[in-house]
Amino acid sequence: MRRYRIGMYEGCISCLRCARECSFGAITVDKDRKLSFHHDRCTDCQRCVSFCPTGTVYITEDANRFRHNGLFGEDDIREIILQADTGGVLLSSMGAPGSRVPIYFDRMLLNASQVTNPSIDPLREPMETAVYLGRRPEGIRRDADGDIVDNLPPHLELDVPIMFSAMSYGAMSLNVHKALAKAAESLGTCWNTGEGGLHEGLYPYRRNTIVQVASGRFGVHATYLETAAAIEIKIGQGAKPGIGGHLTGRKIVGDVSKTRMVPPGLDAISSAPHHDIYSIEDLAQLVMSIKEATHHAKPVIVKVAAVHNIAPIASGIARSGADIISIDGYRGGTGAAPRRIRDNVGIPIELAIAVVDQRLREERIRDRVSVIASGGIRNSSDVVKAIALGADAVSIGTAALCALGCHICASCHTGRCAWGLATQDAELAGRLDPEKGAQRLVNLVNAWTREIREFMGGMGIDSIEALRGNRLALRGVGLNTKELEILGIGHAGE
Amino acid sequence: MAKCTPGGISGYAGEEIALTGCLGQRHIGCAMKDGILHVEGTPGNAIAAYLDGGSIYVDGNVQDAAADTMNAGLLAVRGSAGDALAYGMRGGRVYVLGDVGYRAGVHMKAYGEHRGVLVVGGRTGSFLGEYLAGGIIIVLGLGHEGEDITGHFCGSGMYAGTIYLRTVRTVRNLSDKLVMRSVPASELDQVVRPVVEDFASVFSIPVDRCLEGGFIAIEADESKSYSQLYAAV
Repeated sequence: MRRYRIGMYEGCISCLRCARECSFGAITVDKDRKLSFHHDRCTDCQRCVSFCPTGTVYITEDANRFRHNGLFGEDDIREIILQADTGGVLLSSMGAPGSRVPIYFDRMLLNASQVTNPSIDPLREPMETAVYLGRRPEGIRRDADGDIVDNLPPHLELDVPIMFSAMSYGAMSLNVHKALAKAAESLGTCWNTGEGGLHEGLYPYRRNTIVQVASGRFGVHATYLETAAAIEIKIGQGAKPGIGGHLTGRKIVGDVSKTRMVPPGLDAISSAPHHDIYSIEDLAQLVMSIKEATHHAKPVIVKVAAVHNIAPIASGIARSGADIISIDGYRGGTGAAPRRIRDNVGIPIELAIAVVDQRLREERIRDRVSVIASGGIRNSSDVVKAIALGADAVSIGTAALCALGCHICASCHTGRCAWGLATQDAELAGRLDPEKGAQRLVNLVNAWTREIREFMGGMGIDSIEALRGNRLALRGVGLNTKELEILGIGHAGE
Repeated sequence: MAKCTPGGISGYAGEEIALTGCLGQRHIGCAMKDGILHVEGTPGNAIAAYLDGGSIYVDGNVQDAAADTMNAGLLAVRGSAGDALAYGMRGGRVYVLGDVGYRAGVHMKAYGEHRGVLVVGGRTGSFLGEYLAGGIIIVLGLGHEGEDITGHFCGSGMYAGTIYLRTVRTVRNLSDKLVMRSVPASELDQVVRPVVEDFASVFSIPVDRCLEGGFIAIEADESKSYSQLYAAV
């Protein structure tokens, strides 16, 4: 049964643009140059709506619905029918909608100064948004001459506390990687290759590039490691904790094949675990081997999904020698994930940040690692709240894709992204101009940074690092005592 | 004993370096690009990780995670190897004269001129060649003719590449997504023999003994099982 319905207001000039833009075959042109609508193929990506010059195309939910049932909803019935038809595991894209799981960002409010400890005007006063990610030195040492010994471990220096999340070449088009790399360079932040390797054409952006080492080791070699600003060992991903990845052979074409170093047409399987990591000691060994391979000159990040025991897991990672822990929350996005896993495994990033920061402080190892939070960061207030809960910086994936045109139709896994993002189709990928895309990403992050400065000024804080873990800046609304306790915040009004 | 730093051998191209009395030092030859390194003793974990060229000869046993993500070059071990040998190895040769532990050759692959080649003179632990995506693994089982030489779940999840086993008739817990076949003479001569001759040459052992008794090959079936798992919402 169709989900969406394509409609036309009066005023169509028969330019056929909508049909040309539709990559899912939902709008076609017949031999008489008349438009045909195939509603069952529509994904509601809204490409046609956006490009209709007269604004006459529209998409609605189809009026035909399953009979209302308080237990079995529309999606439940549709999915049962699909699985009965195919016997397949339900596959979807993007992050969990989260409608049944609280979005704690929306239940926390930030503080502002009034009368005492006056607020700061960010238009007039310098506001520091730079962050340094990595292990802090345990103390100042001096040599025999009394000069300070440079014992600073390698760090990532970011001008803004916002990075771009790992999204692999193969899942994404090369133009997306180009846009992210250019924007990261312009902003003084980092983008992340994901696990599909780094296209050689992007080596010039090395100072702003984080490369990933995942269980499949696609595109990982000595030069790849040396080319990065930091290296991330991917253990888990918020959208599919405990689950591996599978890039279908259909997407292993041309430069994707070359960059992943996987023959064209062959599936690329990332197993759920790294089969060389069965303990923190094994993880420590991989961390150290990467450091050895890169002359101990680059910070090593370990990325995990936010799961129930995230606090002791983070403690173990901190003790493994990693410089940075990246935690991806329940609502984190993906190019493809089993839907049941996506919607039912993991915990919201807000809770994970709070318990990890608290645990690392209690164990007096908070300065051994920095914490990056991701998974459902939608705007500047989410960034500020994440940092106030205890993150050093955040990564954005879905929000960055939205800046590039994504309308979150959650059809990435089809490879037919009409916006040219999650596709290897040359015609579709050409729809994204990497220069314009990079500028839009720069605009987005600059706008958020201005808003972050406003938040900081309002709280009387002139450095983003002073906000880290400052939970007095947060109060909860509509949260129970246990939730407030885990978040480490008071209730609004307290 | 000299300490081998990352890339430290690359500055000595054409020279040979010997490490003697090695006792558990980790990460030897990590990301080495060229040169020849002789190791005497027992190196620690992750020797030859990210090896990108050159040759490492070990007169002794190596521990876990040797040849992790190796791209090119040679690791030859006149002894045995621990667990997770040649994880994600994409190119070059790993030769182990003795036995190897669990999870050898997991995620090995091939691309273009790169082809991971792993040869084990003795037996392997379970989970050999899981998720194999390319390259070849040869287990000779010298001294264990006719016995089980790979443990359980050999090749589970593999979807490309080939595992060759000498004088083996059955493999325990072989996935139903894999096929086991005998190796014809033409394939033996064109694929297996050149590699085994090289292996025998490196360790100066008789090649005929390494080839006698016939081989079976294990490969993925045609089902492309991963692609059939899903129903797009």
